[in-house]
Amino acid sequence: MAREFKPKIVTANDLLEGDVIYLTAEGAWSRRHADALVATTEEDAEELLAQAQTQQHRLVGPYLAEAKIGGDGAPQPVHFREAFRTRGPSNYNHGKQAEL
Amino acid sequence: MYSYTDFDEAFVRTRVEEFRGQVARRLDGSLTEDEFKPLRLMNGLYLQLHAYMLRVAIPYGTLRSAQMRQLAMIAERWDKGYGHFTTRQNIQFNWPKLKDVPEMLSALADVQMHAIQTSGNCIRNVTADHFAGAAADEIEDPRPTAELIRQWSTDHPEFAFLPRKFKVAVTGSPNDRAVTKAHDIGLRMVRNDAGEPGYEVVVGGGLGRTPMIGKVLRDFLPKDDLLAYLEAILNVYNLHGRRDNKYKARIKILVHEESIETMRERVEAIFAMQQRLLPDVDPSLRAAIEASFQPPAYKTAETAPGVDGALQSWIDTNTDAHKNPDYAIVSISLKPIGGTPGDATADQMRVMADLAERYSHDELRISHEQNVILPHVHRADLPALHAALVGAGLATANIGLVSDIIACPGMDYCALATARSIPVAQQLSEVFADLDAQRDIGPLKIKISGCINACGHHHVGHIGILGLDRAGVESYQITLGGDGTETAAIGSRTGPGFAYDEIVPAVERLIEAYLDLRQGPEETFLAAYTRLGMAPFKAALYQAEERAHAA
Repeated sequence: MAREFKPKIVTANDLLEGDVIYLTAEGAWSRRHADALVATTEEDAEELLAQAQTQQHRLVGPYLAEAKIGGDGAPQPVHFREAFRTRGPSNYNHGKQAEL
Repeated sequence: MYSYTDFDEAFVRTRVEEFRGQVARRLDGSLTEDEFKPLRLMNGLYLQLHAYMLRVAIPYGTLRSAQMRQLAMIAERWDKGYGHFTTRQNIQFNWPKLKDVPEMLSALADVQMHAIQTSGNCIRNVTADHFAGAAADEIEDPRPTAELIRQWSTDHPEFAFLPRKFKVAVTGSPNDRAVTKAHDIGLRMVRNDAGEPGYEVVVGGGLGRTPMIGKVLRDFLPKDDLLAYLEAILNVYNLHGRRDNKYKARIKILVHEESIETMRERVEAIFAMQQRLLPDVDPSLRAAIEASFQPPAYKTAETAPGVDGALQSWIDTNTDAHKNPDYAIVSISLKPIGGTPGDATADQMRVMADLAERYSHDELRISHEQNVILPHVHRADLPALHAALVGAGLATANIGLVSDIIACPGMDYCALATARSIPVAQQLSEVFADLDAQRDIGPLKIKISGCINACGHHHVGHIGILGLDRAGVESYQITLGGDGTETAAIGSRTGPGFAYDEIVPAVERLIEAYLDLRQGPEETFLAAYTRLGMAPFKAALYQAEERAHAA
C-alpha cells in the first residue's frame, strides 16, 4: 500500500536577506508560514517545488516541508525545526518573532 | 603581536575584491547558487536557519584592542549588535545581509583579519592555548608555530580540496588547554633529552560522529622540521584519506582503519623525501615571526594588600598564574547567569578592548571555552579592572564552574543542528545561579552540542549533553567522564535520552548524586566519577525517573 501523502508547503531562504520564505498561491514568496500554499497531493508538491527551483535568482535551497491545517484554515508547521523557522532564535527577540 | 606583511595585506585585499565580484555576479544572476555556494563558503559565509552567518577567524585566538573594537563596529553596523565567540576561536555574526558581506570583509581587512578558510575541506583556523605567551607552565609560546602554520596553509594549492576539513591545534604547555588530542593534528611543545624545544605530534583526534582521541605519531619533532613533517602528514591524508564517504573522510578514520604504525611508516617515508626536496623554513622568516610575539614590557607597581570578598572570589576563580609572578592572567566570563554562552554585545566588546589597552598591554584572547582572556594584567590593577568589568556585566566569577558551559549555537541558529543547545545552557546556569553553591560543587565542565558534529565538545565534557531529533521531538543524551586536557578521554553514554523539559532536572540529579558521593570538597566531579564509575550516576539519573513513571 502506498504511504499516505502528508500535506506540504515549499520553503526556502531569501537570497538577499537570508530570511525564511514560503511559496504562496499566487506564486509569490511570503515571510509568513500562514501564507504558504499547501500541496495536498504528491504531484502538486513536486510541481510546486519544481516551480520554486526555477527561481534561483531570488532564493536559496527550496524544499518541501510537512504542514498541517490549523483551526483558522492556515497551514502550521509540523516539525519543531520548521516551527523555529517561523519565529527565530529562542535566546533573543530577533528574526520573524520581532519583525513580523 | 604579528602584523601583516605587504604580502598578507595584498592577499587579503585581493580576496575581498574577488568576493565582491562573486557576490555581484550571484545577485545579477550570472552565478547559480550551486556555483556560488563553494565560493561563499571559502570566505566564511554560511546560510543558516534564519539568516546568513559570517564566521571570522581569530588566528590562535589572539586579538589587539583595535581589532576587538572593529568587531564591535561590524556587529553594530551590519549585524544586530552582538557577536558569538566559538569553540574554534572564531567569531560568528548571525545576521549579515548578502550584499553587505564584501564591506564587512573589507572592514575586517582594515584590522588585518579575514574569514578565509573558516569553512570547506581545507586547513582551518589554527587554534592555540589561550594563555599562550603568558602561562606560568609554558615551555614556549605556541603562537609563532601557529602563525607559521597559518602562513603555510593559507591558500596552499595542494591542500585546498582535502577529503574533509582539517583542524590543527598547538599548545606550548604540558597542561593542555587547547584540546590538542581532539584535533586532526595536535602539536604539544616538549623538550628532548638535550633540553631543546620541539613538538610531540598527535594525529587522528576528533569529536563529531566518530569521536577519537589522537595518537602520538612522533614523540619529538625538532622545530625546524615542522612544515616538512606537516606536509608529509597532509600528503598521506590527501592520498589515502577516504573520499567515498564524507562520514569516513576525516584523518582519524584513516589512522583508525590503517593503524598508527602504517600512518607513521608512510609519513616518515615522505618526510625523508621532503627533507631532501624542500628547504627548511627560512630561519630569518621564523625569527621574524618569533620576534613579533615577544613578551610585553612588564611594569612594576605596588600591589595593595587587602581585597574585599567579591573581588577575592573573582580573583580566585577568574585569574591564573602568569609567568611573571607580579602579573595574572584574567578570564572574562562570557557566561553570565541566564545568558548565551560566548555572546558579547558591541558595547561589551568595546569595554573589553578599552580594558585590554589599559591593563593588558593591548592584548586579548578568545578561548575555546568561549570566554575572553586578558593575558597580561598586573596584580595591582586587578581591583580597578574588576570594578570596570562589574559595570559592564562582565564580572561573573564562574570560570571552570558548573555555569561556565560550552554550548554550540544549536537549532536556534545552525542549519545542521538536530536540537537546541543554548536554552539548555541558559536554564542550567539559572538553576545553579548561586556562585557560593557553584564553588561548593567545584570544577565541572558541562559541554552541550546540538548535533553529532559536536561543535560544543560534548564528548570531552565532564558532563556532556548531545541534542538529537528523536521522531520529531528534541531529545538529549548525557555522557559522563569526558576530559579535554592532556589526560583526554571520551565520555560514556549514560543510557536513554531525556526530553527538552527533563534534561535540566536530570543534570541536577547528577550533581546532587555527586555531592552525596564525594569523599570531600577536594574530590572533583570527574575524580568521583573515575573512582565510582557509571553505576551510581546512572541510578541517580534513571531510578527517580522509573519511580515517577511507576507512581
